[in-house]
Amino acid sequence: MTGSLFQFLSSVGDYVLLIIGVIWVSMRRPPAWILIRDQLFDIGVMSLPVVAITGFSTGMVLAAQSYFQLSDKGLASATGLMVTKAMLVELGPVLTAFMVTGRVGASMCAELGTMRVTEQIDALRSMAVNPLRYLVAPRFIAGILMMPLLTVFSAIMGILGGYMIAVGYYGMSPSSFIDPLPLHVTRFDFFSGIIKSIVFAGIIVTISCYKGMTTHGGAAGVGRSTTNSVVICYSIILISNFLLTLGLNTSYDYINDFLNRWF
Amino acid sequence: MIHVHEVWKRYGKLEVLKGLSIDIFDGETLVILGRSGVGKSVLLKQIIGLEMPDKGYVEVDGTRVTDLTARTFRPGLKPMGMLFQGSALFDSMDVGQNTSFYLRQHDPSLSPSEVKDRVAHALKMVGLEGIEGKMPSELSGGMRKRAALARLIVYRPQIILYDEPTTGLDPITSMQINDLINQTKKELHATSIVVTHDIRSALAVGDRLAFHSDGKIAQIGLKSEFLQNGDPLLHEFFNNAIIDKVELERQLQNSS
Repeated sequence: MTGSLFQFLSSVGDYVLLIIGVIWVSMRRPPAWILIRDQLFDIGVMSLPVVAITGFSTGMVLAAQSYFQLSDKGLASATGLMVTKAMLVELGPVLTAFMVTGRVGASMCAELGTMRVTEQIDALRSMAVNPLRYLVAPRFIAGILMMPLLTVFSAIMGILGGYMIAVGYYGMSPSSFIDPLPLHVTRFDFFSGIIKSIVFAGIIVTISCYKGMTTHGGAAGVGRSTTNSVVICYSIILISNFLLTLGLNTSYDYINDFLNRWF
Repeated sequence: MIHVHEVWKRYGKLEVLKGLSIDIFDGETLVILGRSGVGKSVLLKQIIGLEMPDKGYVEVDGTRVTDLTARTFRPGLKPMGMLFQGSALFDSMDVGQNTSFYLRQHDPSLSPSEVKDRVAHALKMVGLEGIEGKMPSELSGGMRKRAALARLIVYRPQIILYDEPTTGLDPITSMQINDLINQTKKELHATSIVVTHDIRSALAVGDRLAFHSDGKIAQIGLKSEFLQNGDPLLHEFFNNAIIDKVELERQLQNSS
């Protein structure tokens, strides 16, 4: 019991050191642009289809349910608002994070895990190349840059899907879907979604890379690490989403002041 | 000179190195023999800085490298290289990119044509000319080892560590690797440490031999004097490893 607790605390310590290390190397001497570019493409461009599909279908479901549940209470006009707010603040960031975890995080963990068990990471270090700078930092930077864009894209696809269902299928007028949006969808909503997506990007990349770089036990070990990293990412994303929602909503006034001052 | 001073290393409850000390002189090839799992590769990792000893230190030319915080970054120190047991070629890169990796990372002043020439020279030296475009997965075990050696040769390290260079290879390929180790030493004038349990390889490449047993160096000496007054475990190791040709023919006749 004490041994397991010690091991857990030691892993958390190593993980925190990895985060500090990757931020430090990224700021001190950023990795080569070509490495970041490849990751931008892999994390961002290659994730577009899956993010589009999930965003679009979630938007459609949201609109269908909202309209169905609200219309008999005379609240059908809230459908557009409901879809937009939900996609921007909650579902967009979380669903995108889930999709990126499954598509990119798992692949990062498996790739780094394989490199670890086949001594490729040791080979990098033996040639005086810091694996944090060469392997983790490009993924970290690309993740932080791409996740907000993917989240916005997912939200747009969701709103589009919601609009199609509400207007095209349920016959809602376009103006009653769109008109409430400028009034009630605030910069705070947008800011919340972006902040969440940045935090989720950090979580996905660092956990996936940490689990990959600490893999041991051959091919079976790579499989184990990959599964663990995905499960841990999902759990931490959900928990941190709750904490972020609570924290951001509590800080509403400060954030609004900040946004009014700077934007 | 490399000076390993009373290095201790433990993994969980398993004490692998127990105050191991050894000196490796400039330009020599020291072969460290020992049974599988005694910690020979662990010793190499302490020397090159992939792991930190629990106690003790490693000095390279008087500089205590185990005190350096980022030990893989050692400006002013002799460049080191390691040939890994599984070759450790980067499987996302082709052989050319693997071979040029160090130069691309550390020598941006080199023009692409210079890099190309040096890569071609290194690959030629290991007998793999013209395979720059092949991926590591397309190579055989022996070719992978040779490509990994080319990746080292290209940046001319002054200290080369070989981790089980002939393990898993057939006897002919093993002899080719041994020849390459000797040729590399001659060309680069490098200090080499070879960790192996292959006696033939040890005799083919070593200037001095050391026997690693129970976390320490139990015996060390020139090849000619190595077996005199030796550790009993060492004699057992040798007796079981060397196949006498006459004995082999007798055994083959008996079995038929």
